[in-house]
Formats: sequence, structure tokens, C-alpha cells
Amino acid sequence: MAKTLEIKNLHVEVDGKEILKGLSLSIEKGEIHALMGPNGSGKSTLANTLMGHPGYTVTKGEVSFKGQNILDLKADERAVMGMFLAFQYPQEIPGVTLFNFLRTTMNSLRKRRTGEDFGGDRKIAATSLREFNKKINEKMRLLEMDPAFSSRYLNEGFSGGEKKRAEILQLAMLEPELAILDETDSGLDIDALRIVANGVNSLIGPQMGVLVITHYQRLLDYIKPHFVHVLVDGRLVMSDGPELALKLEEKGYDWVKEGSLSSVPAQG
Amino acid sequence: MNQKTIDIRGREAYKEKYGFHDANEFVFRMEKGLSRKVVEEISKLKEEPEWMTKFRLRALEFFYKKPLPGWGGDLSTLDFDNIYYYIKPSDGKGRTWDDVPAKVKKTFDRLGIPEAEKKFLAGVEAQYDSESVYSSLKGEWEKLGVIFCSTDEALKRYPDIVRQYFGTVIPPADNKFAALNSAVWSGGSFIYVPEGVHVDIPLQAYFRINSENAGQFERTMIIAERGSTLHYVEGCTAPTYAVDALHSAVVEIIVKEGARVRYTTIQNWSDNVYNLVTKRAVAYKDATMEWVDGNIGSKLTMKYPAIYLMDKGAHGEVLSLAYAGDGQHQDTGGKAVHFAPHTSSIITSKSISKGTGRASYRGLVKVHKNAAGVKSSVKCDALLLDEAARSDTYPTIEVDEQSAQIGHEATVSKVGEEQLYYLESRGLSEEESTALIVSGFIQPIVRELPMEYAVELNRLIALEMEGSVG
Repeated sequence: MAKTLEIKNLHVEVDGKEILKGLSLSIEKGEIHALMGPNGSGKSTLANTLMGHPGYTVTKGEVSFKGQNILDLKADERAVMGMFLAFQYPQEIPGVTLFNFLRTTMNSLRKRRTGEDFGGDRKIAATSLREFNKKINEKMRLLEMDPAFSSRYLNEGFSGGEKKRAEILQLAMLEPELAILDETDSGLDIDALRIVANGVNSLIGPQMGVLVITHYQRLLDYIKPHFVHVLVDGRLVMSDGPELALKLEEKGYDWVKEGSLSSVPAQG
Repeated sequence: MNQKTIDIRGREAYKEKYGFHDANEFVFRMEKGLSRKVVEEISKLKEEPEWMTKFRLRALEFFYKKPLPGWGGDLSTLDFDNIYYYIKPSDGKGRTWDDVPAKVKKTFDRLGIPEAEKKFLAGVEAQYDSESVYSSLKGEWEKLGVIFCSTDEALKRYPDIVRQYFGTVIPPADNKFAALNSAVWSGGSFIYVPEGVHVDIPLQAYFRINSENAGQFERTMIIAERGSTLHYVEGCTAPTYAVDALHSAVVEIIVKEGARVRYTTIQNWSDNVYNLVTKRAVAYKDATMEWVDGNIGSKLTMKYPAIYLMDKGAHGEVLSLAYAGDGQHQDTGGKAVHFAPHTSSIITSKSISKGTGRASYRGLVKVHKNAAGVKSSVKCDALLLDEAARSDTYPTIEVDEQSAQIGHEATVSKVGEEQLYYLESRGLSEEESTALIVSGFIQPIVRELPMEYAVELNRLIALEMEGSVG
């Protein structure tokens, strides 16, 4: 049985500069992995490389999702396969309501996943409006969002916390098999952090693998990872159980940088 | 209100209930080109009063004298001698369905336009009849004293009203194309709304029967008496196929004290058409005039709906939307001329250029001396979809009054790579993502449209995006 996500010896360049320098990691459905590391260590590069950002060049290594090499696939094809990235800085799309965006996206995803075309463009009845309404209302309640929020234009004029909540709402609606959360906790006050984390926790289950990328330990007080990895200068320097996060919080990243390489997993 | 319009346009119901009706079997086509004789013939065939014949002939002189505009789009390939200036609509312009380009047919199919309607839109058939619907609405309007008919019919039935206003807002000497229209005009809508009457259902050109509706040189007039309200809608999102390469309309609107008129146009001409239209409204004390003008298609469109603000409290708005596809040039915008104090205007323009398309905003805000306390704002946003796409702005602001508050804002943007990546990461293809960004961009204008137009416009834009990228 192929692993949900398998990264082997990944090297990535951005604008000709090598950011990831041989990273290996695998994630199974039902597992929660936390990726921690200081600023500039390559955390967001990993997130965007996995999702297929065209600006990131893989120079070496392999990434497979559900047994299939995905490095030649575009971002939308990866999403169709079941990948999802909650962005650190979500884009604003003026004039497109969150509601319409999600409905368009869900219909398109369902159409592409099943290969059905639902009777032509005229009536894209993939998800009935009633079914969709029920689902979005339920998920918005879960994230303590005002129902009127879905009629706002996507991320336009959203506060930092609202943007992150909207990302998690998308995660909740699209139900991926692998969710990557890129610095979802940044810019959130403690209440917003709790709400977002509770939202994520309620979605976590045996059908989804999660990669939580964070600079600070505090998100991991709410989302309990099974594994914690530390990324320094484009390489995983340490991987261990949840207690590693606490140790990091206590001792800081300098401890790892100097640190013993005893617990570093074998590089592929 | 919108619901009612949708029911009326219900596709299957339409075909089944109304079918075809072509009572007018008179086939007539004038020789190509323009001459005194042609103009006289048109007037004679229409059995017009002498004053109109004279009006036409005088306009023809202006047409000969006036130069082509030295600005705007390229008119060098426009051949005035190779155009039929008058064709009875019932002869279907001698075209058959086979003559209609495959691209136009395909778009009809994708938009789900029923057979009967396709042929009308392609100019193969005269407009088919929606008599019973039209009659019942007509009955309601007549009870209110509202007149809604073709301008030809109005000239016969209400000659005094027509004569009183005809050519007063846009005189024949205004510009070369207004002169041309004044000489050879045919069809168009005539609307008269009596004092204090509110017409709740938008009046649609679509309803009119067997008249010269989709004419090349239509002449539309609207007179809204004191305190009345009206919304007029013309056009269609489906491509209007025309063999004859020139469409030159004149629209004159008179909005009297406290009245409110909105004029919505959505036009999608086939890409061989020069669309050169003069639209102007005069707004009197506390009156409001709104132009909602959507231009898709054509080879070149030059159209700048204007509002002359004549008295205190008058307010004017222009919402202009232009979509310039590959090889097309949309030169559009709006004009607000403030003659009186305490008048206000807002011009909002949104344009999209794809491929080698070019969208130009051209506008005028003019404030005359002693028109104190005028407020005007102009906002134009351009969205470029391809490297070769082009957008320019030509805003002219002439202010002879110090107290005027004039705002002008212009933005040009491209569909951002990061925006596309964000949407694609959710599973939308590049085309779908672009279409979504474009639909958001035009949303401020689309939301002002009657619902069925809004839906069709979004669908059309999505179709236009196909294959536009990647």
C-alpha cells in the first residue's frame, strides 16, 4: 500500500537559490505531522512545492501522493487528487463571494473527480444548492463565523484572523486527503487560535493526513501532532514525538542548530 | 420583477407558444451606397411626413460635410459605399442559416439559445412574434398612458410628440455618425412615460413585434415626464450576427424634473461590425439618468453615453463595461456635462482585454462656469489577460468653476500569477480560475443588470475565456 505522501531527498530552488537541500518525509492518512523551524528555514517553500507553485523548481528528489509521482502535475491536478494547502497569505479575489467561490470549486472538483459532466454547462447540478447551503452553514457554525460572512468577497478586506478562518472553512468544505496548514496560527489572537484549532481538530480523522507548519509551539497546544520535525536551513535536523515541540519551546531553535544529530532520520 | 421577465423568456415555452409569425411579406432592398435618392426613397417607403424627409436630407448634407473623427479607433477600412442603408426586415437580408459562421452557431449552442431565437439573432429571420405576452403588457402600459413602440410607428401615431423632441438632444450636425443615422434611420424604440407614472417592469426591446428592431441605424427616443420612472433594456448577450459591417444608432433621452431613467444595453456584435453609436440624455431638476452599457464583440466600438445635467439636483451615472477580445477594439466610456449648480455625476468603467484586444476608456467631465457645488467622480479599471492585450485611458476634464469637486481614479491590472495559483490550488483549471477572476472584476456592473442578463453575461465571459490562456 503506497503512502499518502512520500517525499524523498527533495531539493528545491527559488530564483536560482537552493532552499530545500535534501528533505525526506512521509505522511499517512490519519497522521498529524508538525513541521517546525526558524524563519527562512524553508517551511513555506516545502508547502508551496508540495502544492505545485510554478515558481518553485524541484532540482532533485521525488514526491509521490497516493503512489503517484506528482511533480509534473499542476496545482489544480494535485487538488483534484486530494491535496489542500491552507495559505499563510491567502490572495484577495475582488467581486467573488466566498459562497460562490466555494460552490464553483466544489462543483468543479466533483466534476473532475468523477468525470461526470452533470448535463452540460447549463445546469451544473453537482451539488444541489440545498445540500451545499446545509454544509456551508454547518461548517461556518463550527468555526464560529457569522452566516453573512460567506457573502463577502473572498479575502478582500478580511482581517488576518478572518483570512485564516476562511482558509479552514475551505478545508472543511473540500475535505482533502492531505491538508497542509502553512503558518495558520500566525497573526491570530488567542481566541481566534482556539477557534481555528478546534475547527481543524473536528476535521481530523482517519481519512486525512495533516502537515502543520508553524514557527511557534503554541498551535500544538491545540492540535496534537503524532510527529514533530524540525527544519533548519533546508534540511530536517530532528524528528521525534510530540514532546520535541515542548523541548524546542523551552530551549529554542539554537539548541537544534548546535544540536546533536542523533535523532535525525536517515536522509534518502 | 426579474422573475417575470425570465418566465417570459422561458426557452421552451417561447417556442411552443409563440412560434413564428411573419406577416410582413414585402421584400425590399435598396441599392448599395448612400445618395439623396436613397434617403428620399427611404422616407417615401415609410410614408413619412414632409418635415422628416427634410430632416433626413439636411442630415445627409451634414454627413457629407463632417469629417471622420480623428481620434478613437481605426475607421480606414469602413466603406460607406458598400453598405445597404435600408432593408426591410422581413427579407431576412437574403441570408440563410448556412451563411452564418460556425463560430457564431457554436456560441449559440453553448449558450443554449433555442433554434427559433438563433435564427433571429443571426439575422436569418425577422424577429419572431411574442404577441400575446407583448399585448398583455401593452395593455397595462396603455392604461397608464405609456407609449412603447417602434420609432417608425410612433412617427405615424404620435407625430406631434416625435416632432417636438426628435433631434433635440442629438442634432444631426453633432457628429458624422449622428448625421448618418439622422439621414437613414429606421426602427429603434420610442418610449413616452407620462407624469408621475412608474413603470415597474423593465421595458425590453425584445418584446417589440416584427419591427425593425435589430436594425443597423435604429433611432431610440425616451421621454420621461416629471416624476416618472423607467428602466429600458436592450440587447442580448448572444452574438448578434450582421453581414453589414456598420451599426450606427442614435439614442436620445429626456429626463424631466424628478424623473428617473435607467437605460441598460448589453451588446455582443459579431467581430466584423463597426459599432458607432451616439447616446445622450438630458437630465433636468432633481432628475436621475443612469446608463448601464455593456459592450462585447464588434470589430470596433466607439460609444460614450453622455448625460447633460441641465438643472439643480440632477444626477447622472454611467456604468460602462467593455470586453475586447482578440483583434477587437473597444473605445468606450462616458460623458458628464454639468451646466447647472449642485449637479453630480459618477462614471465607472471596467474593461477587459484578451489576446490582442484593446480597450480604451475615453471620457469627458465638463463643468461650466457658475455651476457651483458640482461633484463628479470617474473610476476606470482595466484588466489585461494577455501580454499582447492593451488598455489606454483618455480622460478629459474641463472645469471652469472653482468649487467643483472632481475625482479621478484609474487602475490597470493583470491577472496575477499568485491569484491564479491560489484558485488553482483549490482544483479550478487555469481557464476556470481566470473566468472567476474576470467575473469578480465585472461584478460591480453585472449586479446592476436584470438577473437573466447577469447570468448569461457570466456564462458568456466563461466561454470567452476558453482557450484564452495556457
